[in-house]
Amino acid sequence: MSQITGSEAVIKSLVAEGVHTIFGYPGGAIMPIYDALYDYSDKVTHILVRHEQGAIHAAQGFARTSETCGVCFATSGPGATNLITGLADAMIDSTPVVCITGQVASHLLGTDAFQETDVIGISMPVTKWNVQVKRAQDIPAALAKAFFIARSGRPGPVLVDITKDAQFGMMDFNYEACKDIRSYFPNPVMDPTKIDDAAVLLNTAKKPYILIGQGITLANAEQELLEFVEKSGIPVASTLLGLGAFPPNHPQYVGYLGMHGNYAPNILTNEADVILAVGMRFDDRVTGDVSRYAKQAKIIHIDIDFAELNKIVTNEVSIHADAKEALALLTTKVERRTHESWIQEFRDAEKLEVEAVIEDAIHPKHDRLQMAEVVNMLSEKTDGQAIVVTDVGQHQMITSRYYQYKAQNTNITSGGLGTMGFALPAAIGAKLGNPSKTVVAIIGDGGFQMTIQELGTILQFKIDIKILILNNNFLGMVRQWQELFFEKRYSFTDIVNPNFTQIAKGYDIEALKIDQRTELSEALDTMLSSQAAYLLEVVVEQEENVFPMVATGASVSEIRLN
Amino acid sequence: MENNTYNISVFTENSVGMLNRITIIFTRRNINIESITASESEIEGIHRYTIVVNEPKETVRKVISQIEKQIDVVKAFYHSDDEVVYQEIALYKLPTKALASGGDAERIVRAHHARILTIESEFTILEKTGYPDEIKELFTELKPFGLLEFVRSGRVAISKPMKTLEEHLEDMNNEKIIL
Repeated sequence: MSQITGSEAVIKSLVAEGVHTIFGYPGGAIMPIYDALYDYSDKVTHILVRHEQGAIHAAQGFARTSETCGVCFATSGPGATNLITGLADAMIDSTPVVCITGQVASHLLGTDAFQETDVIGISMPVTKWNVQVKRAQDIPAALAKAFFIARSGRPGPVLVDITKDAQFGMMDFNYEACKDIRSYFPNPVMDPTKIDDAAVLLNTAKKPYILIGQGITLANAEQELLEFVEKSGIPVASTLLGLGAFPPNHPQYVGYLGMHGNYAPNILTNEADVILAVGMRFDDRVTGDVSRYAKQAKIIHIDIDFAELNKIVTNEVSIHADAKEALALLTTKVERRTHESWIQEFRDAEKLEVEAVIEDAIHPKHDRLQMAEVVNMLSEKTDGQAIVVTDVGQHQMITSRYYQYKAQNTNITSGGLGTMGFALPAAIGAKLGNPSKTVVAIIGDGGFQMTIQELGTILQFKIDIKILILNNNFLGMVRQWQELFFEKRYSFTDIVNPNFTQIAKGYDIEALKIDQRTELSEALDTMLSSQAAYLLEVVVEQEENVFPMVATGASVSEIRLN
Repeated sequence: MENNTYNISVFTENSVGMLNRITIIFTRRNINIESITASESEIEGIHRYTIVVNEPKETVRKVISQIEKQIDVVKAFYHSDDEVVYQEIALYKLPTKALASGGDAERIVRAHHARILTIESEFTILEKTGYPDEIKELFTELKPFGLLEFVRSGRVAISKPMKTLEEHLEDMNNEKIIL
């Protein structure tokens, strides 16, 4: 067999892993890899982003909607450091992404060479694993390990840093997928006695309650969850990233948990006697003051990541397992029951929220358009089937509250890290992973400008995404907090915006701006029926607040309706 | 608040950057590492870190879970002081003149079971292994002799429970095979 370069080995390894889309940006230290890529354009599509942060968010959007691994390329130095925000985002939201960065030649390492940075050191806290490769012959094994680690267990981002001499070096190519690492145990062996313990608690509970998170989606356990829920009769609530894992119109679905979630699922957390948490991690945005969170309840926690068990709350039963496997077995052990009066408590509490918040939000009497009515109408027009990518802030919370995610893998948002600028590039990735689906990016006027350069990527690759800007001319979420907790001292949250539609037109993207309720329905129809990328700017109420709200330091039972 | 000394033993692959990956976990939680040592273990290719911290047991347990989560970490354990046998080593450099002139030097060396490693015309180096307070005690006694230099190692510790790392590994691998 004839020898090939390390660079070609990179591309051949990616092809062997089934990669067909790469998001990246070339530069000096990764040029040999780009040169090798040139010969593989029939097998691999490279999407040239406009900034490396865009590359990794796009890879995240791709990974989260297509259940595969996202891949991105960046050069050394600034190219690599521009990936860091995305790595941190993928780390905290458990997204499988493989980043390949070029590095200066190995003899220059540690010498402050041009565009040299210690990307291994910098990325260490925000990667599940990272490695530097200095010899061509080590490339296939490093990449095989990278894909295995990124995808298995609790998924996460990995980074492979390849020196320029390794890219140029010659080697015999032989690719073997990685199936096992001796120090790594991604598939926990479930202890069936724990499932028995859990079943006993659930079968004797008066007010059992299920909390689901993204772990359901990551484990592909939607069907097992549905079967378990229907047999056990227990009400279900979801975290932000869990939305989409359970049908929102199901009679046992009681809503969205957390700081800006629904009233009933928050307040009744402190009434449940047994809580079954699956694939969620008791984030502080879900628990509020943890010392006053579900103290009366016995908690059963199923998670694939051992470090999440007993991390925030103390469990009665900890089940270290894959959610799919655990739920399937648990279904066989629970009794078929109904919990009508308990679910009625949720419905009664929900009425309070409908009256105090929801009715006014989706059928407002205000003159100015409200974010909620826009999202609600979008949800109806798309029947909850679109892939909806959100950025971070008020529009994000409003979307999680009012978009009915009826399909799986359609809720893409930056949950754990709260990265403004996430939505536009993530939507690009989501569309490339799902060419036949409608992808709507809902973005605030602030976040849009953080990665606005990716309009160029949309232009170049003709990516048909719908950009819905909810423009309140404020950094709205911070403004809301300033109003509620900082005596309305609006310190640097009013933002002067450019003409978004004109900018879109500069990128050949059709655009429309509206500010009247009467225009909304038609504008959404036009956006959704457009056959190409489209930008709709909706000017909304300037000082709209997102309620309900569990203020920082408050208990979930102190959730405010206004 | 409960505050105890815990001896953390971490067994890892011998890969570049492992020490950094482990110490990051302590840094994130603002935990001060009292002492740290690294060496090969009884298993070829597996490195062993001994890390001493003063933290509540609950914190240490969570740190251990996060350490074990690192891909290249094979296994991590934590033990209180009474569950391990531990030692430190210290070297003391003194002017030979000072040691030779006084009559007390021999008594001190014998009483502390210190060893003389080398005697040069200008200086002598003593070695002492033991608990930190024993090392400190010898330091105090030698100080009047004009101690020139003093260095103490981090702690090395071996747990008293008999289950070996290899047995743990075997258990874990058996679990893998079930799948």
